[in-house]
Amino acid sequence: MKFTLSWLKHHLETDATLDQIADALTDLGLEVEGIEDPAAKLRDFTIAKVTHAEKHPDADKLKVCKVQSDEGETQIVCGAPNARAGITVVLAKPGTYIPGLDITIKVGNIRGVDSFGMMASEKELELSDEHNGIIELPSGEVGENFADWLAANDPAKVDPVIEIAITPNRPDALGVRGIARDLAARGLGTLKPCEVDPVAASFKADLNVSIDEDTLDGCPVFYGRLIKGVKNGPSPEWLQQQLRAIGLRPISFLVDVTNWFTYDLNRPLHVFDADKVAGNLRVHRAAGGEVITALDDKDYTLQPGQMVISDDTGVESIAGIMGGAATGCTEETVNVFVESAYWDPVQIAYAGRALKINSDARYRFERGVDPAFTPEGLEHAVRMIVDIAGGEVSEVIHAGRVPDTARAYKLDAKRVISLVGMDIPESTQRQTLTALGFKLEGNMASVPSWRPDVQGEADLVEEVARIASLTKLQGVPLPRMTSGVPKPILTDGQLRQQAARRTAATLGYNECVTYTFIDREAATLFGGGDDATMLENPISSEMSHMRPALLPGLLRAAARNQARGFMDMALFEVGAAFHGGEPGQQHNLISGVLIGQTAPKDVHGAARPVDLFDAKADAEAILRAIGAPAKVQIMRGASEWWHPGRHGKICLGPKKVMAVFGELHPKVLSTMGIKGPAVGFTIWVDEIPTPKNKSATRPALAATDLQAVDRDFAFVVDADVAALTLVNAAAGADKALIADVRIFDEFIGGALGEGKKSLAVTVRLQPKDKTLKDAEIEAVSAKIVEKVTKATGGVLRG
Amino acid sequence: MCGLMQELKNRYLSLIADAADEAAIEDLRVQAVGKKGEISLKMRELGKMSPEERQTAGPALNALKDEINSALAGKKAALADAALDERLRSEWLDVTLPSRDRRVGSIHPISQVTEEVSAIFADMGFSVAEGPQIESDWYNFDALNIPGHHPARAEMDTFYTHRGADDDRPPHVLRTHTSPVQIRSMEANGAPIRIICPGRVYRADYDQTHTPMFNQVEGLAIDKDISMANLKWVLEEFFSAYFGARVKTRFRASHFPFTEPSAEVDIQCSWVDGQLKVGEGDGWLEVLGSGMVHPKVLQAAKIDPDLWQGFAFGVGIDRIAMLKYGIPDLRAFFDSDLRWLRHYGFGALQVPTLHGGL
Repeated sequence: MKFTLSWLKHHLETDATLDQIADALTDLGLEVEGIEDPAAKLRDFTIAKVTHAEKHPDADKLKVCKVQSDEGETQIVCGAPNARAGITVVLAKPGTYIPGLDITIKVGNIRGVDSFGMMASEKELELSDEHNGIIELPSGEVGENFADWLAANDPAKVDPVIEIAITPNRPDALGVRGIARDLAARGLGTLKPCEVDPVAASFKADLNVSIDEDTLDGCPVFYGRLIKGVKNGPSPEWLQQQLRAIGLRPISFLVDVTNWFTYDLNRPLHVFDADKVAGNLRVHRAAGGEVITALDDKDYTLQPGQMVISDDTGVESIAGIMGGAATGCTEETVNVFVESAYWDPVQIAYAGRALKINSDARYRFERGVDPAFTPEGLEHAVRMIVDIAGGEVSEVIHAGRVPDTARAYKLDAKRVISLVGMDIPESTQRQTLTALGFKLEGNMASVPSWRPDVQGEADLVEEVARIASLTKLQGVPLPRMTSGVPKPILTDGQLRQQAARRTAATLGYNECVTYTFIDREAATLFGGGDDATMLENPISSEMSHMRPALLPGLLRAAARNQARGFMDMALFEVGAAFHGGEPGQQHNLISGVLIGQTAPKDVHGAARPVDLFDAKADAEAILRAIGAPAKVQIMRGASEWWHPGRHGKICLGPKKVMAVFGELHPKVLSTMGIKGPAVGFTIWVDEIPTPKNKSATRPALAATDLQAVDRDFAFVVDADVAALTLVNAAAGADKALIADVRIFDEFIGGALGEGKKSLAVTVRLQPKDKTLKDAEIEAVSAKIVEKVTKATGGVLRG
Repeated sequence: MCGLMQELKNRYLSLIADAADEAAIEDLRVQAVGKKGEISLKMRELGKMSPEERQTAGPALNALKDEINSALAGKKAALADAALDERLRSEWLDVTLPSRDRRVGSIHPISQVTEEVSAIFADMGFSVAEGPQIESDWYNFDALNIPGHHPARAEMDTFYTHRGADDDRPPHVLRTHTSPVQIRSMEANGAPIRIICPGRVYRADYDQTHTPMFNQVEGLAIDKDISMANLKWVLEEFFSAYFGARVKTRFRASHFPFTEPSAEVDIQCSWVDGQLKVGEGDGWLEVLGSGMVHPKVLQAAKIDPDLWQGFAFGVGIDRIAMLKYGIPDLRAFFDSDLRWLRHYGFGALQVPTLHGGL
């Protein structure tokens, strides 16, 4: 919403400065977004008089002038044809910035003659495009500030333009008068009266208006008057200037009047060229399919139910949104029908959205104009038209009734104080509401018809608070809910995510936050991409589906980094993935990917390509950090985006999968644009059982001083025997004595023959009450061999 | 006897001193004090001596043996030291060679700032609530006093989920704010309540300063007599703790459908040489929307507005991260450029705490 300072003063009697007004507006909730003050750039220019002018000795077109300024007589070389003795001019002294030239004037020497400043043209001061000569003022004293002279003699030239943001609840502030009312309530001046002297009717119009029964809920009231014999044409200069100042293009007087009242009183109007209207006007609902060429010269096809105004030949106006081109006013219009109607905000909002028309009328009607002001608004417009363009005015034509918006809410002064936390006396509260147009009877406040947003007691609180000024609010400590040291607040799940995140970073992974929506192709590769998780209005096809997993986002990120020349990386993300499109169909994941070498190549030869055991180690470390049970099963058969032979699920049972690690499927990687292999892991955080024992106490440490004994075994087994099967079998040989079983060597093929491998384990025996004797060690060893043979079919390697 | 012992002593001490290596020392040990060594043989002769002779010869021989042994040990240690010195001299490495590389991980600024915010609000008794990112339009809009035709709905640039032809329910939305978490928390826990709701939110907007996904933290405090003045105090405490400097706030009246009265909150700042500094100067920067929870919102969440009142606020996590850490471009937060992650990320063990600093 834009308006000029002088326009505001049309409604507000005030001595406040522009800065005071701007500060108050922002504080009132009418946030100032920008101020254009043409005077600001003219402050340094003063008025001077040319006392003497003669031809430059060395230049035919230049003159050497003596100029009387507030600092005495000075010499200026000037090229303007009108520079001559006796004229009053606008002087720029050395050091003054010239906005139209974007330079700062310096003392100069032009062909051997010194020049101490410049006399400005209108173009140089950005007042107009006039550049045929320097400004000659009809009045003005030497030394007078030029901006002040303009303000006094040609105020429109220095009228500041204020732009404010209007929140959806304040339709009344979409008119300059509403803004003035707020400022007056704040105490920044007095609201001027806004009365109209209706033009007396001189005839009865032969035009009738009707509202269909089924349209009364959308158009409860319609007023109009016919004016015959107007002289349309360009608007008066002041009107054109005001419209231009706020960015509107003057069209013709009749059209400009409607635009002016739209901004002045938030009263959108429409003018029909009465000679182009056939028969009577009827407000009704479109049947659907009608096509109308609107005032923006575009064709719109109406949908059933949208409100329109038709004459006997068809639809002439999209009600409350935009008039039709066929009956629009032109310079030639002599008979005009002026419409002032009230349209239901919700219906206008839906129609405007469906037709995709953004007009000043729609913007206002969908936020809510003052229904009670419908007839009076018409009289304002008719008065202005007749005063300026003449004409005879018909009796008022109207249909429907002004809707009853009367309502009142209780002003609870104590509650206001309690909610806002400011001590605002009840008298002040009542005064504020009265100034805003509320009528108080007892403690009931009747809402003015121009404030559709006020729908309850809470709205009264808001009005009182914002006029009182929230800037003055002083903080008051919020008491603690409990005394003493605050209790911890994070849930188990939150603590786990935090621990997982920080563990992954400790392991050398960089945390990413990737978009929750990804492209369909990537989503499909990872088990998603269906319609349930699709967005109806994605911002691009790259962001069309809710991610079914974190890996696709990480792989896309990895591909981008590879494209930048970074080939080795460890990336991870903690976040939600989506298994459906309903609220709650999301689950928390932690995923990591490793790509390239474990390190840059170095003199130690330590770098090697990452492999799935790196991913496994990292997954295990994170699981450990978040308290997952140590005893797990490793199973195959995870989703198809993993390498079929190179992945494993870390499970607590066939159905309780805590994590997956492995190498990503090469086809998936090539589709995602990754160069070379990649390994990774995913952890289902919420699947990890929470410990039942919440006590901080640990069990006592059972350590013994008796020496442990390590024994190594090598078994030849079939190549497809899982190492973990062998380890578990060995560990089961004597659960009390065997403290640990570790695989330390794997050897495949060679002398063992096709399909065989050798697995070497070291078994640690930890006696608890006495040192082991050889015979006992032999007995356990035999048991280990027997168990392993039974479980794996393997034999002890000779 | 005496002369003989003196001769033995001199000879062996001299030989020991000249020994070149451990083998020579061993040879000398065998020759002198070994089982058949010269001194050992002399000691065997003691038995044949008279008690008087033995009394002088015995101790003397023992002393000689000790002296030879000690000389042997001393020489042996000296030789070992010399050999070690020689080895160490040869074991020279260029210590300016690079060390073995260790990958250095990092925490994303959004996670770090979320933890910082949680730490501050935890101290004021707020817990951390979470909720669905795909929401019904009721939780995202209606419960927050934003009916279907409300202009705010259109202005929020909402993402909608797809609906099949046979599904005539209104589409779900990607939450445009974390306010639905407030509603769900109030429904589940009632009043009094103090929560913050951090998380991802979505709006269909993409340009220099907007991304279709960003992160927000909202706060909610409901009790018997909480006022807007309490809100101001809480926010000033929060910003001061977060930015590590006393930060003043300025409340300006505004409008949100879900609060009444509503206020935009500016924080005090200065611009010096294009650099923004929070907590000093006389400039103001708009960072946050807030207000007293609208009675209709409380009602929607099954809380009686005649008994309970309180405030709510919302602020962008990415935005306050940018302000605090001088991160210029929002879009880069979600690009996962390794150079950015390393430069703006945080160390794994830089856990924000109130006692250790944020």
